[in-house]
Amino acid sequence: MHQKILQIMLIVSFISACSNVGVKPWEKNILARDDMQLIHAPLEAGLDDHIYFSKEASSGGRGFSGGGCGCN
Amino acid sequence: MTHTLLFSIAFILITVSAQTVSADTATGKQNLPTSTLMTTGGPFSFSDYRGKVILIDFWASWCAPCRESFPWMNLMHQRYLDRGLTIIAINLDSEAPEATAFLKRNRADFSVIYDNEGLSAETMNVEAMPTSFLIDRKGILRHTLTGFTTSKESKHEALIKQLLNETIR
Repeated sequence: MHQKILQIMLIVSFISACSNVGVKPWEKNILARDDMQLIHAPLEAGLDDHIYFSKEASSGGRGFSGGGCGCN
Repeated sequence: MTHTLLFSIAFILITVSAQTVSADTATGKQNLPTSTLMTTGGPFSFSDYRGKVILIDFWASWCAPCRESFPWMNLMHQRYLDRGLTIIAINLDSEAPEATAFLKRNRADFSVIYDNEGLSAETMNVEAMPTSFLIDRKGILRHTLTGFTTSKESKHEALIKQLLNETIR
């Protein structure tokens, strides 16, 4: 019984896991930089998306650049 | 058995409440967390401004909405200085030259305090940039204004006016 309660407590303590990520709002100066944005040139990204969509029928899937081969 | 159950429920509630939710504008009478705010630029004492309505604004040069809020704060300063409004802007840039460069581009008619380490923001529990606190003539924290857009200007001005109209008895 006690063990079960202990298990429940352990699980519940994970609920707040990501509620505090450590970076305070006033410490986000580097994160706020233009080159730190996922898309820092919205117009260009939009045009690229259109090309991908019309040529390859694919869209979305942004969020990383390159596959680690150093070739792009 | 009931004891352990109650204990578990309490534990769950405490854990869940640890996740804070920030509101747009929080209103309610609250005592200030401290009477003297420590900043890297020196201590700031709220009691020096007793009898005045204080708008204390936390900003940084890299924060775009902060840039938008400066013309509005200048306007409020011009309009309500005579009626007892004091605007204090606390800068939270970690690099001081960035703040000075910002102030060259964006004029500030009100006083600016530098707090490079964010000690004051920690004390005031700033949850977003910018955050402004409206403190009434009695030194009670009345409104917490989180974030800034030009569409909020008239609403925020109304709150300032309301506090200015209150008198200390």
